[in-house]
Amino acid sequence: MTPDPSAAAAEPMVKIRGLRKHYGQREVLCGIDLDVSAGSVMCIIGPSGSGKSTLLSCINHLERIDAGKLWVEGELVGYREYNGRLYELPERQVARMRQKVGMVFQQFNLFPHMTALQNIIEAPIQVKRIPLAQARKRAMELLDRVGLADKHARFPAQLSGGEQQRVAIARALAMDPRLMLFDEPTSALDPELVGEVLAVMQDLARSGMTMVVVTHELAFAREVGDALVFMDAGVIVERGLPRAVLSAPKERRTQDFLSRVL
Amino acid sequence: MNAPIVAGGGGDPAPPQTVVPLRHPWTWLASGVVVGIAGLVLFSVATNPGFEWPVVAQYMFDEQILIGLSRTLELTLVAMLMGLVLGTLLAVMRLSPNPLLSTLSWLYIWFFRSVPVLVQLIFWYNFGALYATISLGIPFGPTLYSANTNALITPMFAALAGLGLAQAAYTAEVIRAGIVSVPHGQTRAARALGMQPMTIFRRIVLPQAMRVIIPPVGNEVISMVKSTSLVSVIALSELLYTAQLIYARTYETIPLLIVASLWYLIIVSVLSVGQHVLERKFRQR
Repeated sequence: MTPDPSAAAAEPMVKIRGLRKHYGQREVLCGIDLDVSAGSVMCIIGPSGSGKSTLLSCINHLERIDAGKLWVEGELVGYREYNGRLYELPERQVARMRQKVGMVFQQFNLFPHMTALQNIIEAPIQVKRIPLAQARKRAMELLDRVGLADKHARFPAQLSGGEQQRVAIARALAMDPRLMLFDEPTSALDPELVGEVLAVMQDLARSGMTMVVVTHELAFAREVGDALVFMDAGVIVERGLPRAVLSAPKERRTQDFLSRVL
Repeated sequence: MNAPIVAGGGGDPAPPQTVVPLRHPWTWLASGVVVGIAGLVLFSVATNPGFEWPVVAQYMFDEQILIGLSRTLELTLVAMLMGLVLGTLLAVMRLSPNPLLSTLSWLYIWFFRSVPVLVQLIFWYNFGALYATISLGIPFGPTLYSANTNALITPMFAALAGLGLAQAAYTAEVIRAGIVSVPHGQTRAARALGMQPMTIFRRIVLPQAMRVIIPPVGNEVISMVKSTSLVSVIALSELLYTAQLIYARTYETIPLLIVASLWYLIIVSVLSVGQHVLERKFRQR
């Protein structure tokens, strides 16, 4: 059906073939094929309800897929293939795979009962069993990287939206992920706070992190993105270099969308 | 009291304006009436010889009463622990995607919340009438252990079964509400970090659910202190039954009831302070 993923010379970080997903009767993803090459930044744009956030959640199996296959670093996500059949993996084993995929959410989802520092060291300590002193040292380095070292003892409620999102990025990075997923990371922010989060993301991209970014920030997609995908109604309508798609969209639906948001 | 307010604006400064606050004559009158009534009640309590305050003082720290008091505290503690452990289990079952588990939990909660605790206590006490012997063994096979039910189910056992099992049904609903109150995004974020389901429950969901769980559980503990007095119907000598035993002998009914009431007041007051401290500890920052 699909070529053996290990056969390809330059293995893509994420490889998606024929992915389908539905909620009840409603099909939200109708056959997605997508490759994200290692070290690149893939931006996904599209109107709300187009399935772009659902696609992102399928990559780390927060949402289970109904058909198709999805690989991260050549490893089949959420399933084990045996004798031509797919067997769903138990949550414990999926959790192991998720360690190498960081995720940042629209609503930040920091743990409100923990300080910024505790938020960051929680998973390294609980999941990777890293010693406390070492986890704290690494967390402080990450907080410094996102410019919040002085606020390590604050609780999320004492931070601005932009600061919370930067802590959330540091929290994801603390697991040393191979891939970072961003689900509309700046959509819940006040306009004046968007810049600080995008700056951290741009810095991350420059350091060579593979990123998949669902966003409405077209300027970011144009400046930082290596590839761009436009989605509508559960399908990929158009794909290409960000500059090309944003300046000269070929498809009618892309043109309509861009004329509305620009 | 009457603060002068200076009007702002340019030009000539306006003369300071005096503000007279609204008077509340009815509030003062109502307060007077309430204080008057309270005074009359206090006077009557202090002077009516029927209260027999010297007898109250005599029995307040009586050894028998103190033993009954410790029995009441023991019942409260153990029944509440049973309620919390079993209640957490029932809440998790209730939220389980497995329909058999959630239905079982629903049935349990429905049954133990519907039958009055007093009835349950008498029922457990008379369990021997239903099953004369209790035996442990392989079904339709050999019996490994057998005992007379009346010997096994002591009043203490019946009391704990009656109070603890019913409490579990109430606690389960409180804990379920607490778990449901934690936003779904919290679990998603924890899963995305590669955390295991048990770790997520223990480290992320439960601490946040506590904020919702603790105030009603505090109320349940306070209510349990008083529910233990129901146990007097199955002749278990906790605080109330001890007082009853004494006044059945001496006919000093009112003073002994006052002794019991004063102890209940003291326990509940101490617990209320504890509840307040716990609530502050788990308050959202």
